[in-house]
Parts: sequence; C-alpha cells; structure tokens
Amino acid sequence: MKFSDQLEQRFATMVTHYPTKRSVLVPMLLYIQDELGTLTDEAIHEIAQRVELSELEVRNVVSYYSMLRTHPVGKYNFQVCTNVSCLLRGADDIFEHCKKKLGIANKGTTPDGLFTVEEVECIGACSWAPAMMLNYDFHENLTPEKIDQLIDSLKKKEQQ
Amino acid sequence: MAYLVSHPDEVKVVSKRFGKGATDLDRYLELDGYKALQKALTMQPDAIINEVKASNLRGRGGAGFPTGMKWSFVPKQSPKPKYVLCNGDESEPGTCKDRLIFEHDPHSVIEGVMIAALAVRSKTGYIYLRGEYRYLIQIMEKAVADAYARGFIGKNIFGSGVDLDIFVHSGAGAYEVGEESALMESLEGKRGVPRIRPPFPAVVGLWGGPTVINNAETLASVPHIILGGGEWFASLGAPKNGGTRLFCMSGELERPGVYELPMGYNLKKMIYDVSGGMVKGKKLKGVVPGGSSVQILTADELDVAMDFDSVLKAGSMLGSGGVIVIDEQMCIVKFALRVTQFYQHESCGWCIPCREGTDWMKKTLVRMHSGGGVAKDIDNLKYLAENMLGRTFCPLGDAAAMPIISYIQKFRSEFEDHLNGKPCPYEKVAEVALA
Repeated sequence: MKFSDQLEQRFATMVTHYPTKRSVLVPMLLYIQDELGTLTDEAIHEIAQRVELSELEVRNVVSYYSMLRTHPVGKYNFQVCTNVSCLLRGADDIFEHCKKKLGIANKGTTPDGLFTVEEVECIGACSWAPAMMLNYDFHENLTPEKIDQLIDSLKKKEQQ
Repeated sequence: MAYLVSHPDEVKVVSKRFGKGATDLDRYLELDGYKALQKALTMQPDAIINEVKASNLRGRGGAGFPTGMKWSFVPKQSPKPKYVLCNGDESEPGTCKDRLIFEHDPHSVIEGVMIAALAVRSKTGYIYLRGEYRYLIQIMEKAVADAYARGFIGKNIFGSGVDLDIFVHSGAGAYEVGEESALMESLEGKRGVPRIRPPFPAVVGLWGGPTVINNAETLASVPHIILGGGEWFASLGAPKNGGTRLFCMSGELERPGVYELPMGYNLKKMIYDVSGGMVKGKKLKGVVPGGSSVQILTADELDVAMDFDSVLKAGSMLGSGGVIVIDEQMCIVKFALRVTQFYQHESCGWCIPCREGTDWMKKTLVRMHSGGGVAKDIDNLKYLAENMLGRTFCPLGDAAAMPIISYIQKFRSEFEDHLNGKPCPYEKVAEVALA
C-alpha cells in the first residue's frame, strides 16, 4: 500500500524525532485514519511493517485509543460531549436533538453516509458548554436551534 | 471558538498574551518572548532550579507537586539521554485551560520546555497534545517550525553552543494518558497503561532515560518566573502555593470562562463575583473545585482559599483547576452516574479494583437512577469505592472512587430518594415543567 505524498512526508519526518520507530505509531494511525476515513486492514498491515511490529501489536494499540477506529463513520461526525460541565448546561437535550433530527441512534450513521452522531467524553470546552466537535472543529454554547442550522447548512452544501 | 473573559481581580501572568496575537513569532518577541530562554542560557542549571524552587510553583496538572523539586530529582549525569515531556493531554472533565495556552501563547510552552531542558541538561523536549486538539497541534507545529527557522530551537541556540530539539506529538483519545507514566507509554507507541512506580520518571522515564514531565500550564509559568524572579512569582500567591492559576469556571454561571486568579483566591468570590453568580433562577447545590475526580463541596463549604493546601483541608482537592458549579436542578445520582460512566469508560482495565469497581458502580447507579435501587445499594456503592482507594497502579482508581464517596456522605438523602421503585425526583420535575 502506498501512502499519499503528504503522509509519506510526515512519516519520513516523524521517524527522525524518536529513538524507536514505534513511537510514531499513535499519531501516524490518526493521520492515516484522517485520509482513509478508517484504519483498514491494508493500512494496519502497512504501518506494522514500517514500524517493525506485528499486526496484532498494532491492533492492540488501536483498540486502546477512543479516536482510532476500524469502521467507517459519516462524512460529518457529530461528537457530542455529555460529560458533567456540558450535562449541567443541557447536553442531554443537545444529544437527543441531534439523534432525532438525523434519525439515528448513538454511534449510528445516516443511510447516505453523511452524518454520524456519537456521545463523547470531555472535549475540553467546559466553560463554553454545551459543546461538540464536528470532525475536528469545536462548536460551543450549543442550542437545539444552532444544531438545526448546522445540519441544514451541511445538507444544503451536499446538495449543491 | 472559545471566547476570552476578563475580571478586574485577575492577575494575568500565564494569560497575559491571550488575545494579543502572540502565535505570531514577531509579536511574541515584542511581548518579551524568548527573553527568559536567553536569560536561562546564561544561568547555571542549578540556579534555574533554585529560581523555580523559590517561586513555589506547583504542578498545575492536578497533583500540585513542587516543580523545582521534581526537576532536582533528575540525576546530573546519566548514561542515557534525558528528556522533557510537556503534558498537554488535558482531559479531566471540567478542565479547559491548557487549550487556551496552546491557542493563544504557543511559544510560551516551547520556552518553558526549553528552560526545563536547560535545568536538567536535556537536549530533547516533546510536547504531547491530546488528539482531539487538532487545531492546536497545527498551531504548535507552526510555532515550533517558526522557532527552528530563527535558530531559537535546534543547533547552537542563540549562539550559546547548546543544542536543543523540540517535537510536537499527537495523542488519539485517552484520558488515562494524562497520567505521567501512561503518557510515556503512549509516546513510545504503546497502549497508555501506567507503569509501576518507583522507579519514578525523573530516574527512569522515556526509553529508560531520566524524564521531567510537567503540565502545559506549569511549563508556561516557567518563563515568567525566570524573567520576574522566583520571589516575585511566589509573592503573587499563597504560602507554599506560588503564583496564579487558570481556573476553568463551568456550570450554570452568568459568566463562565477561564480566569487567571492568584493562588488562594476565595472560592465563593470566584463563583459569585468573578463568574457573576448563578444564572437567574438557579440556586447553587454544590461545587466540584478541581475537576471531576475530586470531592464535592456543599453550598455551606465554599468559604475556602483556592490553593492546594487549603482545599485539601476543606476536604477536597484543588486538582486541575476545573471548578464545576452544580445547581439545584441537577440530580446528584445522575451526576454521580455521569462521572462514573466516564471513569468506567477510561479505565484501562489493568488493575482489577478499577476495572471491576468502576463497572459495578456504574451498573448500580444506572439501576438506582432508573428506579430499581434497593436500600443496600448505597452502602454497596460506598464499599466498592472505598475498596478501590489506594489499590491501583495509577490515580484513576482513586479519581473514580473519591467523588462517589463524597456525594454519598454529603447528599445521602438524594440517593435515598431514588430507592424502592421511586423514579428520579428531578426527572419528574422536568416532565411536569414540560407538560
């Protein structure tokens, strides 16, 4: 399997940062996932060879980190924080609203593959609660109306 | 994006460049950037450590260990390379301060790491950020690249003959990696399972070499200490608790936000003056003063100075600086369930008391909150929590147990209100209000 030029470059630079090859593993897995959408068997095989580990050892690492996944998610991944600071400011309603509006359950993806909703742990937006991440972007001080606007604008964007 | 707040009682040290464009290196230099590093390059390593000792700076990640002392544990001579590791895996619920430092003042973290490296004679520093903070990783990578381009990092920095490298490293979602030995495992490309201690990281750390691990806020304080002097920094705070602290105010407050206040600032004032008090119509029920892992304080226990020692005396901990204010409309059983759900999810499963304890506590709380609780559940919960305390490799077990014990001690009647088929009284209120 060939990595994209960008990934190749990142890998080549990163291996020089550490005394052991496997030290690049956690960030590299995340960067690979960003490009492929998920950690495919092929990708795990490739990175295992590069850092001189067995595939099993790589999978053992993958299963530990909550952001790493071996299944695809929607193009727009709504990661709604429901931890305490968000809970105090109505996160349950926000989470319910997202699921209802998109017609999916927790960790579900819409049939068109566009949206996923996921309940996540604290994302470090406690003073601006309730909050969520849309892929890597923070959305804070949420209201059901803001969620509606966000989903509607993304749907509109996809229709164009 | 996270907006900034301000209050006249604030003493801005770590946050003094927030909102001033200091991500730009030239702007950072205008605002006294890299002056502390240049000063440190003229100092003996021991003199740097003594200055930090004199500042009474204590670890801002949560444990409050004296930073200068931590640095002094690193052996002067070592056959293996020494490392400095900045812990930016901020994930304690209620905590959102390191995020602002990385976003607004990335070079101050780099400078702090470099000064720490000079103090312990290390040539390599790593800045580990949680994977969710992708935009901050980009900011940090750019800051590091800019500093390399000017010769502030790399070979022969500022013409001093000292070589020093700094690298940015991304995590991929794991609370437990915030624990220092788990952080090292993660950086080495493994599951973030904590190591048994001793040996401590200062002696055997990254790849077996002596390693200093400090929280991002701790390291960002260091350049200010070197420039202003340890004595000055110490004088800003309380006895044995030097300087200021970024307090993350959350909950139903009029003005939630991150405020930089002197160590020892009164908690009640922090809530009612600085944060503007409760949102109209809400009443305060309790406060979790240092991130979700610490004991709750009731509305009558808030007259406390927010420094490590005073909060401990008051029966809780200053922890990570995440002040979570709970209002009367929040059910304590539900709150306990959400806290336990978090620790159950984040437990790595290595230590049985933590893995099994958090799971049983969660199951009990789920049942209780949904109306299926029985009288002995309350004491069972307490028993489970008490038997996790001090029986795990890393503090995650304690972090899961301590809050639950305190909720039961201080709000037992709310747990009792959920027994024998009684539905959660708070959910009922919400339903009536909706109808």
